[in-house]
Amino acid sequence: MFEILTKEMLTPIICRMKVSAPRLAAAAQPGQFLIVRADEKGERIPLTISDFDREEGTVTIVTQKIGASSTDIIAYEPGECFADVVGPLGLPSEFVEMPEEKLKQQRYILIAGGLGTAPVYPQAKWLKEHGVPVDVIIGAKTKDILIYTEEMAPVCDNLFICTDDGSYGFKGMGTNMLEHVVSEGHKYTQAVIIGPMIMMKFTTLTCKKLGIPAIVSLNTLMVDGTGMCGACRVSVGGKTRFACVEGPEFDGYEVDFDEAMRRQGQYRAEEAAAMEHHVCKIGRGK
Amino acid sequence: MANRIPRVAVREQDPKVRATNFEEVCYGYNREEAMLEASRCLHCKNPRCVSACPVNVQIPEFIAKVVEGDMQGAAAVIAKDSSLPAVCGRVCPQETQCEGSCILGVKGEPVAIGKLERFVADENLGKASAEVAPANGVKVAVVGSGPAGLACASDLAKWGYDVTIFEALHKAGGVLEYGIPEFRLPKDKVLKHEIEEVRKLGVKIETDVIIGKTVTIDSLMDQEGFKAVFIGSGAGLPKFMNIPGENLCGVFSANEFLTRNNLMKAWREDYLTPIHAGKKVCVVGGGNVAMDAARTALRLGAEVHIVYRRTEAELPARREEVHHAIEEGIIFDMLTNPVEVIGDEKGWVKALKCIRMELGEPDESGRRSPVPVEGSEFEIETETVIMALGTSPNPMISRTTAGLETNRRGCLIADESGATTRKGVFAGGDAVTGAATVILAMGAGRTAAKAIDEYIKNNY
Repeated sequence: MFEILTKEMLTPIICRMKVSAPRLAAAAQPGQFLIVRADEKGERIPLTISDFDREEGTVTIVTQKIGASSTDIIAYEPGECFADVVGPLGLPSEFVEMPEEKLKQQRYILIAGGLGTAPVYPQAKWLKEHGVPVDVIIGAKTKDILIYTEEMAPVCDNLFICTDDGSYGFKGMGTNMLEHVVSEGHKYTQAVIIGPMIMMKFTTLTCKKLGIPAIVSLNTLMVDGTGMCGACRVSVGGKTRFACVEGPEFDGYEVDFDEAMRRQGQYRAEEAAAMEHHVCKIGRGK
Repeated sequence: MANRIPRVAVREQDPKVRATNFEEVCYGYNREEAMLEASRCLHCKNPRCVSACPVNVQIPEFIAKVVEGDMQGAAAVIAKDSSLPAVCGRVCPQETQCEGSCILGVKGEPVAIGKLERFVADENLGKASAEVAPANGVKVAVVGSGPAGLACASDLAKWGYDVTIFEALHKAGGVLEYGIPEFRLPKDKVLKHEIEEVRKLGVKIETDVIIGKTVTIDSLMDQEGFKAVFIGSGAGLPKFMNIPGENLCGVFSANEFLTRNNLMKAWREDYLTPIHAGKKVCVVGGGNVAMDAARTALRLGAEVHIVYRRTEAELPARREEVHHAIEEGIIFDMLTNPVEVIGDEKGWVKALKCIRMELGEPDESGRRSPVPVEGSEFEIETETVIMALGTSPNPMISRTTAGLETNRRGCLIADESGATTRKGVFAGGDAVTGAATVILAMGAGRTAAKAIDEYIKNNY
């Protein structure tokens, strides 16, 4: 059983939890993800790893209340246990295994959208710790749903924050912010984009325009996360790849985002029905 | 005289009724039926059935106990060689193994060995008490809790080893849990108890540990003190056809479809798992997995077609499964091969474009190979396509273990005893052979257990 040690609501619908999972924490690397199954009747939900502490034996996950299963995950309190937490899954970020010579020449811009800000954090942290120049853009619709602004500042060189409605920081989307930053003279060798599929699609297009290579982290559907089900199939450069074992990070220029977005919504009708009949477990006691 | 009694028919759920539920198809024998059927055995001096069984269950010996009405004694005979009799009695291809070599089968019907094994196992579920040698304190790791891993772990535990099974999924059982449907192998009623028996021998099962990701074989051996490792990680990677439209919404691997339904229990209202079958489903393939996927889709309310490029005679699925599928109303579109999946404007499957096939010359497998009939393309309207084309081993372990070699097909290289190219590491089952049967995997697990025992005795 995997005990929840701490829990904070970062916004009314986004929750951060630190969970005890010693084996997983010992092996985790930036860019990887894990799967949580709250209880016997829950789904296996893939979540990015927002942080890990090998000594404590803990991993940090950030969840947004979307469907029935994520609602259940958020209902858990410290002291309670998830039935299953398994990982780390997927491949680590490219920079983790990059030769030092090459790494030294890089200047990273990490572009986060909404919940995607959480998995950007361990990447920025890793790059900063290894002395690689790294800037971060955090974008959100409004000020109320911005997360990780305080945590991010110390792990990057420049932090740029934007909101669609201008309620905090620069007024505009991540794409506008990126163009602005580049127009001010910042130069990057590599962008990493993590956020909703549609945001990754358009941010990749902006990167292409600006001539910056772009890596995206795909949050596809999956069941087992080990290559067994193939639900996570994505077309990358015209070839079918499994996001769970060959990803989750791919060259954004090569990803067929429209197909990926359609595939992500494959069970939307079934999930809407489940949500309708779902009995929320908040306050259910033990 | 005994062989004048006809083979005792087994009672089954009515096809029309069972097509709408997930209850077990076959009810199995009751005590009287089992004793009558058991009386048909000739007790051959040189029992061909025993040598045809991959784990060499002493078949005439356990059947003799059934004749006497000593079901516990019968179970004890089986337990010497098989750790999963209730499973094997249900899913083994007896017609090509024990029953296939029964002397009664030459002129008539063979003894219903599978159904007898099942009866004996069910009678004794949760009651078995295998002897366990005193603990020797030697740690052995088993990767995967499917049939190979369970069989290997059981034998080692009986000989006193300290065995831990590492399972990647959240539940033990491997393909028995995620692949084989409830209506062929009930999970809570049967499988759970057989796995519990393995635990009772002292075997620890650690779920949620992916070898090659969470921990490596190297760290198990170097840091956690395991003296030997058995890899029974199966063949879990689904194959696709690589035809246009395969990534449309509504195209699933049989693995995904079955895992959602079996492991994740999508068929039950009280589980959150979504599953999509729709009104009409085409299942591509002709093996047991294709039959399982088709019959599952049928039970979820769809009209189901099996699309297979050869004819019924070449179907690799067990005869019993094909027979059950036909009874339940599965439609077989033979000599038909998909060439493209056609989608609608929203990116969902609308039809499966196929080409007619005819049988040509026999290939290496001895089966006549299908050849496309030029210009015979046609479309089958369908909402869902399930690809059941076979599976291959997962490279996660071989890629992260130094010195562990694989062949061209990604299968681990192991000798007859199960020894791999890495010292102290053994392997068996689908991870070595590619997708095969439950009982062959169990046999390989037991062979490797012997080899591990010898290896430990010689080296420690």
